[in-house]
Amino acid sequence: MATKRKQRMIFVIVLISGFAAATALALFAFQKNLLYFYSPSQLSEAEVTEDQLFRLGGLVVEGSVVRMPDGITTQFSLTDLQGQVQVQYTGLLPDLFREGQGIVAQGKLNADGLFVAQEVLAKHDENYMPPEVAEALKAAGGEHPVSIPKTTVE
Amino acid sequence: MIPEIGHFALVMALCLAIAQASIPLIGASTNNANWMAVGRSTAIGQFLFLLLAFSCLAYSFVVNDFSVLYVANNSNTALPIYYRISAVWGAHEGSLLLWVLALAGWGFAVAIFSRSLPQDLLARVLSVMGMISIGFLLFTLATSNPFDRLFPAALQGRDLNPLLQDPGLVIHPPMLYMGYVGFSVAFAFAIAALMSGEMDSAWVRWSRPWANLAWVFLTVGIALGSWWAYHELGWGGWWFWDPVENASFMPWLAGTALIHSLAVTEKRSTFKSWTILLSIIVFSLSLLGTFLVRSGVLVSVHSFASDPARGVYILGFLALVVGSSLTLYAWRAMRFSSTSQYEIVSKETMLLVNNVLLIVAMLTILIGTLYPLFEDALGMPKSSVGAPYFEAVFVPLMLPLVFMMALGPVAKWRREKLGELLNRLKVFAALAVVVGVILPLAIYGNNTVMTGVGIAAAAWVILSSIYAVVRLVNKRDAQTPLLKAYAKVPKAMYGMLLAHFGMGIFIIGVVFTSSFSEQAEQAVKVGEKINVAGYDFILEGVGPVKGPNYDAMRGSVRVEKNEQLLTTLLPEKRIYNVQRNAMTEASIYTGVFADLYVALGEPVTQNEWGLRVYYRPFIQWIWFGCLLMALGGIVGALDGRYRAQRKTKPVNA
Repeated sequence: MATKRKQRMIFVIVLISGFAAATALALFAFQKNLLYFYSPSQLSEAEVTEDQLFRLGGLVVEGSVVRMPDGITTQFSLTDLQGQVQVQYTGLLPDLFREGQGIVAQGKLNADGLFVAQEVLAKHDENYMPPEVAEALKAAGGEHPVSIPKTTVE
Repeated sequence: MIPEIGHFALVMALCLAIAQASIPLIGASTNNANWMAVGRSTAIGQFLFLLLAFSCLAYSFVVNDFSVLYVANNSNTALPIYYRISAVWGAHEGSLLLWVLALAGWGFAVAIFSRSLPQDLLARVLSVMGMISIGFLLFTLATSNPFDRLFPAALQGRDLNPLLQDPGLVIHPPMLYMGYVGFSVAFAFAIAALMSGEMDSAWVRWSRPWANLAWVFLTVGIALGSWWAYHELGWGGWWFWDPVENASFMPWLAGTALIHSLAVTEKRSTFKSWTILLSIIVFSLSLLGTFLVRSGVLVSVHSFASDPARGVYILGFLALVVGSSLTLYAWRAMRFSSTSQYEIVSKETMLLVNNVLLIVAMLTILIGTLYPLFEDALGMPKSSVGAPYFEAVFVPLMLPLVFMMALGPVAKWRREKLGELLNRLKVFAALAVVVGVILPLAIYGNNTVMTGVGIAAAAWVILSSIYAVVRLVNKRDAQTPLLKAYAKVPKAMYGMLLAHFGMGIFIIGVVFTSSFSEQAEQAVKVGEKINVAGYDFILEGVGPVKGPNYDAMRGSVRVEKNEQLLTTLLPEKRIYNVQRNAMTEASIYTGVFADLYVALGEPVTQNEWGLRVYYRPFIQWIWFGCLLMALGGIVGALDGRYRAQRKTKPVNA
């Protein structure tokens, strides 16, 4: 009986210490690695430090996309129809990046208030609107007027 | 007419599933052999009807029957025939049909290959599988019928999502589903054991190979998905910690724990209720994965079809399955008592630690994956949990696991002297450290702590796996010839060590790829070059090409090393005719030691284009390692002793 109990003790101790370690690890990692999402109008109220990584979502403003002389850096404005933020990205943009499209960019604000994106996400579906963006747009006031021309079935 | 036959076959399959779920179960509790026998015939019948339904849908795709809504939405006459067939599982309804077909297929396999299984156990197992079938067939028929008609019929289909027009996607979903659903067999065995209150050695011997095979399919499925993402999504990465990927990775981790726990249950007749619990957990995670993918509650690069009604149904089904099986577990599991004992330092404890680490890793992924849902429910500010979180928690958990992978196979059951065990392995520990320090320096002239530790861990696993076989062979008596001694090592042992070896290969791939990858993105004029990792990438020109159902701009990029032509890569930017989506089709040069990857961007000026170039060292080792793991699983499942009960066939060990 004594060994039985000992065995159960081993089992329980291993189990508990494992889970305790994991909880600590997870909590720690959460604190350091959670990425917040802001819409352009929320960003003006949010307190964001210069080296803080976060996500910004909105619609690419029509006519705002400008390519820099190096050929690979692009600047554009993101809007939720309330606020606007100027975004800069260096690299190839995703296939579905275009004016009027809802996108999510991940990056940091620089000292001039320019959002320097490290990553730009646009989904592989022309009708797709990132849910965060859709919600932010709704919060910022009504339906968005953007319509993407869609080829219909012949 | 054909779609109606398919629909009818689905209904018939449901009827048979209902019979399969109820009659054998009643037979098992009243000890009625005839009623129990119904399980086998209904399982076979259900499979045949679902095969018929599936064939009908496939036929509708092949003949371009656009009066079927699902076909009209996901196919096109210009779509090549092989993609028309894979389009069957290209969207929600069809992939659900594939899901139930896979489930019935496993039921069919159990019915065919388990003739000598104790009759009441077989009856209960098949009955539980029938219950799962009912749930999913009802779901299919009520919310996602692939045979719904479109009136008037469309003249042309809306085409398959271009991203899915890829060889990787032809076989990735079937493999993944076979894995997901395959754990329903282990689950059914667990529930049958709880129902009957019996869990003897025959039970373990029968359920082990099934769990192994399901794990093999899941491994291959995940690896294929990763491979597809690598060469189709154009980001040059192989794993993104995307919710859908996590959804398949969680059952894999728990399934890995299960196959190890089953080993202890078989060899030592202990960990019994833990094994049962794991079987329930693995299958529940498979269902959770289905829920996450199908309901669209989580934002993901490849979650398709979001429909709240479907989400609610699967969530309800998930709650029912988990709730009822855990209730049954709480009520009955206490009767499985262990008959053997073990000390603190023993193979049992090591496998226990293995299980805890795997389950803990699974839970941290679960928390990270579901966190956005909690946030949503609580109305908290939106945030997302990305790769940095998962890497921060996952790597520290895997390091001790990999360390244990070398100890476990050479440790003794019951009681082990720690000093002796370490003494046995100290040479390999030293060798591993040397390799960890030297190898990255030798290849790349550079090393860091993380890289060195990773490579040392891989070397540690690989060396000790080889040693474990040699050690067994060296134990032979003087008369046995060497070859015979190798042949005498059980297949289960070879399988395990092959899988561990594969893990080592996998780790090498992961470590080198993440440490020494290089990339460049810039605008290049025709004739100019980019230099990445010592390779020159020269843009020779860009011109239009025509594919079967798309138009493309194709770049021609010469790749040179030391002025020697290595290869010419042809990346494309495609516009598919029907959906007018732009698609980047990267061109990849695959080598044993590195991949070179070129993607074409937008034109900057008349003859200047954006180019993205990746150098990805050892990346193929990642998938090759997975393949070895899967192969190990197959070898293990083929072990003679799992078929020892079949009298007609001699056991050749």
